[in-house]
Amino acid sequence: MKKTLALVMIMVTALTLTACGGSSSGSESKDRVVNVCSWGEYIDEDLIYQFEEETGIKVNYQTAESNEVLYSLLKTGAGDYDVIVPSDYMIGRLIAEDMLAELNYDNIPNYALIDDRYKGLSYDPDNKYTVPYTWGTLGIIYNSAMVDEEITSWDAMFDEKYAGQVLMIRNSRDALAAALLDLGYDINTTDEAQIREAYDLLSTAKNNGIYQAFVMDEIYTKMEGGNAAIAMYYAGDYLTMLENNEDLRYVVPEEGSNWFVDAMCVLKNAQHKEEAEAWINFIAGTDASLANMDYIWYASPNAKALEQYPAYYEESYGEPLDQETFEIMAAPAGVLDRCTLYENLPAETLALYNELWTELGI
Amino acid sequence: MKNKLSHLAIPYVIWMALFVVAPIIMVVIYAFSSADGGFTLANFGKIGTYAVVFGRSFKLAIIATVICLAIGYPVSYMMSKEGPRFQRIAMVLIMLPMWMNFLLRTYSWMSILENNGLLNQLFQKIGLIALYNNIFGTDLQFFRMMNTQGAVVLGMVYNYLPFMILPIYSVIVKLDNSLIEAARDLGANSMNVFRRVILPLSLPGVLSGITMVFVPSVSTFAISKMLGGGTEILLGDLIEQQFLGGAYNPYLGSAISLVMMVIVVICMVVMNRFGEGEEQAVML
Repeated sequence: MKKTLALVMIMVTALTLTACGGSSSGSESKDRVVNVCSWGEYIDEDLIYQFEEETGIKVNYQTAESNEVLYSLLKTGAGDYDVIVPSDYMIGRLIAEDMLAELNYDNIPNYALIDDRYKGLSYDPDNKYTVPYTWGTLGIIYNSAMVDEEITSWDAMFDEKYAGQVLMIRNSRDALAAALLDLGYDINTTDEAQIREAYDLLSTAKNNGIYQAFVMDEIYTKMEGGNAAIAMYYAGDYLTMLENNEDLRYVVPEEGSNWFVDAMCVLKNAQHKEEAEAWINFIAGTDASLANMDYIWYASPNAKALEQYPAYYEESYGEPLDQETFEIMAAPAGVLDRCTLYENLPAETLALYNELWTELGI
Repeated sequence: MKNKLSHLAIPYVIWMALFVVAPIIMVVIYAFSSADGGFTLANFGKIGTYAVVFGRSFKLAIIATVICLAIGYPVSYMMSKEGPRFQRIAMVLIMLPMWMNFLLRTYSWMSILENNGLLNQLFQKIGLIALYNNIFGTDLQFFRMMNTQGAVVLGMVYNYLPFMILPIYSVIVKLDNSLIEAARDLGANSMNVFRRVILPLSLPGVLSGITMVFVPSVSTFAISKMLGGGTEILLGDLIEQQFLGGAYNPYLGSAISLVMMVIVVICMVVMNRFGEGEEQAVML
């Protein structure tokens, strides 16, 4: 009996380990449905109800932790999504692997509202697959009550002075980008020696106990609660944290950084393409963009919405929007000039990233 | 002698075949495959690199299991000696935390253990940190509890302790009291009664308790990710990373899972052999 029990336990463990990740409901019923997968804390959820009410299409809204997790979910077939919101470099990869469907822009009239600056970018040069959702910068967040100096460089992420107080991002692309930038290399480099040098910087820092933890969404409680002094994350999320802890500061380091575009795409095997396009059109609209921007603090690529946002903010909260806050959300040209978009890396480089990232965990 | 009701087990057999046996077969196939689908042993060749992670996972799981046993056995024993009302209330209290999702419970440990968390604030208030600094001449702002192996073990013990208590309790509570009376009649003192009668007879409960704590502990990834901070990953994290993380490599992930399963099965078989031997010795 206990042998059986032991065996069952082992098998259950094996099952949970190998088969994690659920799939969403099928599409048998006549109800119109759209399955959306986005990031955590990345939408004003009222928009979902609003869309459901306006169109009668039910939204199954799910989230993934990072581009890499999303990619794994798609590859293992665990995620049965219609619309996804990956970042630039992952879009490039998904297009290269023929996983995205070409959009019918006739169904997405609001695409015309998107600023030309966010069209024809390297990941989708002919504008066939994507409608930009948000854009922003990657930078360093620090707690001015815990750090005496003004941080301006990526050095802070590797500085022994801050041992045990730094949160590294749990995402290979961003973590290695910080190291590459600190060494003065291009974040899209495919030079193995440079990438290995960046990895060494990262792993030495880790071995010297500089990193308190590797985090993604856990960063909110850790930074807001003053449990860590320095972290690297995205501008929009910083503004959310700032609402809960006024001591936090954000900087796009002088060595430069990454600026990113997250765009809505439809998967090639999507079951509800029409509903997906209706959703994309709704989200790209000016009203939705304003509500979203107000909620998630990420800049919208909808030119009109971005322009109207300061007025919208003043009307909603009865006080003018701080110019500094606005410029962190929507980085001005001077800051964007030193930022680079991630590009999809060739397969060998991706394999190297994966290998190094697993090695770092040991 | 075929049981008339045995056809009622058919749904379970189908369930097992579909959701237990089939996935294991898939794990085995993946473990021996390369990315282009051919047969390879290369995945196992890479596992040597991760020996540290195997060592760390087994070490922490063993520590957690020993602590659970050390806490769980006395609790089960005392409980079984109390009246039925006490037993019922104690049982509810032990089960109570399990009504809430385990991720949430682990998440709340984060805010308790953080550098600036509830415990450290309490220590600050009652002057414990200042006292420690005075005695040891240090300059601590807080005790580092979060993101340590200790925090991971705490998480394991906290989450899996009921799985140790319940099987031990259910065995002890059913012990035939006449056996204890007989031992007393034959002149055994209470120490001997416990050592030579109660302990051996409760061994089956202890063994299932150990299994039910050790197996989830050795394969956990949620607890180590949340309380361990991801700087020292465990087997579960390593496997999860291969499937869901930045390093998408289900072949390596399956190979690691397979090796882990084999080691765990060997541990269990050895332990159960040992357990059976004990029981038989007692019977004789």
